[in-house]
Amino acid sequence: MSSTVKVLLAAAVLAALPLTVWAQQTGYGGGESYPFGTPASKADIEAWDKDVRPDGQGLPLGSGTYKAGAQIYGEQCASCHGAKLEGVRDANLPQGGGPALVGGRGTLNTPNFKQTVESYWPYSTTLFDYITRAMPYTAPGSLKPDEVYSLVAYILAEGHIIKQGEVMDAKSLPKVQMPNRNGFYNDDRPFPVRKYD
Amino acid sequence: MEEPAIGEAVSEADIERALQSDCECRDGMFPQGKVSTASRRAFLRGTGFVTAAAAIVPVRAMAADDGDAPWSLPGAIAKSDYGSRAGTEKVMRLASQGGTSALTPLQAGVGIITPSGLHFERHHNGIPTIDPKEHRLIIHGMVDKPMKYSVEDLKRFPSISRIIFIECSGNSNAASRSAGQKTAQEAHGLTSTSEWTGVRLSTLLAQVGVKDGAAWVLAEGSDGAMLSRSVPIDKMLDDAFVAYAQNGEAIRPENGYPMRLILPGWEGNINVKWLRRLKIGDKPFMTREETSKYTDLMTNTGKARQFSWVMEAKSLITFPSGDMRLPGKGFYEISGIAWSGRAPIERVEITTDGGKSWSLASLQEPVLPKAHVRFRYPWHWDGSESIIESRATDQTGYVQPTKSFLTRTEGVGPTYHYNGIQSWKVATDGSVSNVLNG
Repeated sequence: MSSTVKVLLAAAVLAALPLTVWAQQTGYGGGESYPFGTPASKADIEAWDKDVRPDGQGLPLGSGTYKAGAQIYGEQCASCHGAKLEGVRDANLPQGGGPALVGGRGTLNTPNFKQTVESYWPYSTTLFDYITRAMPYTAPGSLKPDEVYSLVAYILAEGHIIKQGEVMDAKSLPKVQMPNRNGFYNDDRPFPVRKYD
Repeated sequence: MEEPAIGEAVSEADIERALQSDCECRDGMFPQGKVSTASRRAFLRGTGFVTAAAAIVPVRAMAADDGDAPWSLPGAIAKSDYGSRAGTEKVMRLASQGGTSALTPLQAGVGIITPSGLHFERHHNGIPTIDPKEHRLIIHGMVDKPMKYSVEDLKRFPSISRIIFIECSGNSNAASRSAGQKTAQEAHGLTSTSEWTGVRLSTLLAQVGVKDGAAWVLAEGSDGAMLSRSVPIDKMLDDAFVAYAQNGEAIRPENGYPMRLILPGWEGNINVKWLRRLKIGDKPFMTREETSKYTDLMTNTGKARQFSWVMEAKSLITFPSGDMRLPGKGFYEISGIAWSGRAPIERVEITTDGGKSWSLASLQEPVLPKAHVRFRYPWHWDGSESIIESRATDQTGYVQPTKSFLTRTEGVGPTYHYNGIQSWKVATDGSVSNVLNG
């Protein structure tokens, strides 16, 4: 059978089939409803729904200060990120040590670029989200919202982005202007794709 | 015309001739996993020389001539219910310093599939131990009906299988700066191809009913880092799927057991492993992995490219490659892999004179979109020093760039998405090494 005939036949068959049947047969599931799975309850969702967006959506109640943050940092963060937030390289530490959190402003357009929270991160809320989900490395998820707000206040103040007296909470944190907020642009490589095949 | 016979009976004289012409085989050229000449001879005598002989002569009887242990016993099966490779096979992944990644031995690969046990790994906080009976995928956010699915639930949906490469966005980062990596594995081993089976996101999103205005989906894993990424919903509806199987069995723990997101052609990191949650929203979530990491700083401007998900066309000669030694001048089949996250590979060109002239390699069918493609090129090495390179072009017309082009246009910054042409030098003594060429 020639390929033209095959295509014509396929088109005829497809035209004769209701779309849902075709979808089911090809496994594309276009709009088909299946009775599998169970509704996710409010409690199911709340247990995991901890992400935080730049506009502050997802930030929990609570607040934190530089002073409290300094203490928590010393106890739980300094061993990997350094007493002065300068970063540590040590093969004996998880991931070979933690990156520097401050410094590096003005280096991004040089061969000795240094990407830190201070010099590179575009959103303060990302810091809250990331510490909440992934830090400290050996006990991720163990920090309470007040502790995370405090750590964020400490790191941002050490990076000279906020003042030591500023309290961080769901209202103040999204308003923090990060130095490199406008340092990013969308993928502009050749042949930007809208369709992916 | 008469059909040619398939195979033919092998005489003792044939075997002797084969043994006398025995030289170091390809295995012998590799730095690791050498096979001794003695065992190769036994192999040739036993079964290597094929079909007709193997069918006529009991294998055991032939091996007994050498006084070897019996090669097989009637009725014996593999000792384990889950098979393993031959004990003499030593090809292995290579763990990085710090133990957060392990590289695929590309130089030992043939064909297009990476064995599951050799698929590269990269983790941000270890491999979680997950009970598949307890694991759930929750889909919520801007949906009509939030749902949760067990592994068994997922398996009841219409499924698809696709052969897809996954390449870590940071693959070849070291190679972008120097030629200090000895082997193809060390330089480029964070890419692998598997057949993945699962359920299309379009199917799953149809179940929960996506609300108007939804544009992004947060994908979250259940590892220690609870790794999370934002994915545009059009990619999700186009060709994304939630996989529960890899190469015909459950996904390996280090690759996302019991389920992982597959976004064909996109950087490895966004193919979230140990997937537990998909949250539909109207804006990107700006997670750490799409702001402070996996963005491409251009040191010539100080600005960074963001949301650069697609892995662009790239290729690599895997044979001969770094740290091998060719035993002498003569015929070699140059072989390697090419891939593109945008479109099927259109062609691969080979140079054996450092880029002065290029010739087309043949592509092994099937040439699948967003999968490794195997290329081959016959080469008669005349014994002189040669720089060999491969260059891939995909069906969009995009041509794999040179290292110097990338350095000129992007600076030295981008830690991710390096896809420059790889050069290997074959020295007059046959040794192959990693070099910078131009």
